[in-house]
Amino acid sequence: MSISLAVFLAFVASTLAITYWAAKRSRGASAYFAAGRRITAWQNGFAVAGDFMSAASFLGLIGLIALQGFDGILYSVGGFVAFVTILLVVAEPLRNTGKYTMGDVLAYRLRPRPVRALAALSTLTVAAFYMIAQMVGAGALVNLLLADSGITYNMAVVGVGILMMIYVVFGGMLATTWVQIIKAMLLSACTLVLTILVLAQFHFHLIDFFSAVSQIAYHQKGELIVRDFLQPGLRYRPPHGPLDLVSLGLIFAFGTAGLPHILVKFYTVPDAKTARHSVVWAMVLIGAFYVMTTVLGLGAAVILGPDSVLAHGGTNMAGPRLAQALAGDVFLAFVSAVAFATILAVVAGLMISASTSFAHDFWTNVVHHGVERKTDESVLVARIAALTVGVISILIAIALGPTANVLILATFGLAVAASANFPALALSIFWRRFTTAGAVAGMAAGLLATIALIVVGPTAMGIDLPSTTGAARHLIQAKPWFPLENVGIVSVPLGFLGAIVGSLISREPSAEARFDEVIVRANTGLGAETAAIH
Amino acid sequence: MEASAGETPRHEQTTSDWSRIAASEEFKDLIALKKTFIVPAFLVFFSYYLSLALLVGCAPKLASLRVIGTVNVAYIFALSQFAVGWIIAGLYLLASSKFDRLTKDILARIDTDRGGK
Repeated sequence: MSISLAVFLAFVASTLAITYWAAKRSRGASAYFAAGRRITAWQNGFAVAGDFMSAASFLGLIGLIALQGFDGILYSVGGFVAFVTILLVVAEPLRNTGKYTMGDVLAYRLRPRPVRALAALSTLTVAAFYMIAQMVGAGALVNLLLADSGITYNMAVVGVGILMMIYVVFGGMLATTWVQIIKAMLLSACTLVLTILVLAQFHFHLIDFFSAVSQIAYHQKGELIVRDFLQPGLRYRPPHGPLDLVSLGLIFAFGTAGLPHILVKFYTVPDAKTARHSVVWAMVLIGAFYVMTTVLGLGAAVILGPDSVLAHGGTNMAGPRLAQALAGDVFLAFVSAVAFATILAVVAGLMISASTSFAHDFWTNVVHHGVERKTDESVLVARIAALTVGVISILIAIALGPTANVLILATFGLAVAASANFPALALSIFWRRFTTAGAVAGMAAGLLATIALIVVGPTAMGIDLPSTTGAARHLIQAKPWFPLENVGIVSVPLGFLGAIVGSLISREPSAEARFDEVIVRANTGLGAETAAIH
Repeated sequence: MEASAGETPRHEQTTSDWSRIAASEEFKDLIALKKTFIVPAFLVFFSYYLSLALLVGCAPKLASLRVIGTVNVAYIFALSQFAVGWIIAGLYLLASSKFDRLTKDILARIDTDRGGK
């Protein structure tokens, strides 16, 4: 048995033990969906960090920086700054007014059925994009690591899928949270060790390290060129470069604050103050992590070289291969096991937020008008939903195979969250005139605009040389209609515009009358959901 | 305790109670105080963050200017985003202890009002 398999099995065994422990403690809806609202600030900070630092960040980001230098670093910055928005705008009002989902906050003032139906739809869309990214990451890892142990891509995807279903179906939010806490600790430690190893190559002389970064040689179109990897422009070039960059900035600044699997974590703490402190904990961990990814990405460019990154395993494998180059196969095994743990933790978080939204928003409140016919029926529905979503995502991941950069895939999910979820969420907390029509128009406009622009943009459309085959080929062989890879600069304003215009042309006195209740609840926590008593 | 997973049960307040609290001086003070921190903090953070994208996109020459060794303006500006984020978070924690105190007063007042009825 290989070392990576052993490390991975040890992680799996401990998470299954946690799941067993959580399943025994978990009784009722509040326990299943929100861990009884008894998670402490540091625990939730680690869990949020564990939920957010995905395979996309760890695997995709290092590869992106290794190939595109500074332009990849912009993704590191974006991942962190997003939490300022969450801290200042979203976390506390959300904790004070909601119960399990974003739909709860909207349903306070607005007509519950239409807004919950759309909130559930966009939640499932965001989760789907993220889930595909994680599964592709899992498959790519297996291709690199466990090929000689006889485990194939398909077996790995099925394995990851089954494990995450066990966590979510049996352990609920409590098990998911603890899996994420352990993963955040492992990933932070692993990133720190890798960073130290990279800098040790330069005897901790940062000037020498960056001097090496400024002369990276690689092949482009058959020619050997030398570039300074701190110089911008390797990914985003004129004429559309600035627009693409602002676009990327927008979806990071707003998108993370609309990610369902992040929002749901603020319901697991006892009150708004704890939610606030947990965001700051998360910011410390996530900030340190992303600063270190810049060193790791540039380090991979220096130590492995862009040519080698492309030739062996592609962008997603730059991090694990860097570990192998620096400290041999044992460390490669450890880093890969941590990357696997990362995927499991994030997929479990996505799964529980998607199944919660389906059960709570769609099943209980849209289909059954908010009346639960049997005790804890919503928990049963959520479990069935988790199983269904799990099976479907396994099938999609197998159909796709290990392909595109997982970070780019995850960015699409972020674009939907920024354009559909964030405008509706922010306006329902801050704008008295917001109406049901506005929420529906805003979420629909944001969702449709994002998907449509991605489909007609340069990611899906393009003309390839006949020699390009497989995953590198564009989906639609035609000149892209929309020039930008990042659609946020159009889709985020459209989401807001839809919400504002929809509100202004409709009248909903009940929504206006309820605004006082929303701001009092959001700002004082009066009448907020309380922690379960044991 | 939570019995149903359906709509959150109405708190004992009625619509007019909520409006009375919303119109009270204490509550207005709390909102005004929060706004004087949160709005400027968000605007500072957001414009600082967008200016990184604008600098890199619109003034690549300036962004590539080397400052320390081969380290350029762009990378230092990018790292400074982390510092700004952490500073804003720290200031918010300091400011929020005052928000918490005012909130506690408001909640205490509601309790005594209800007790007096």
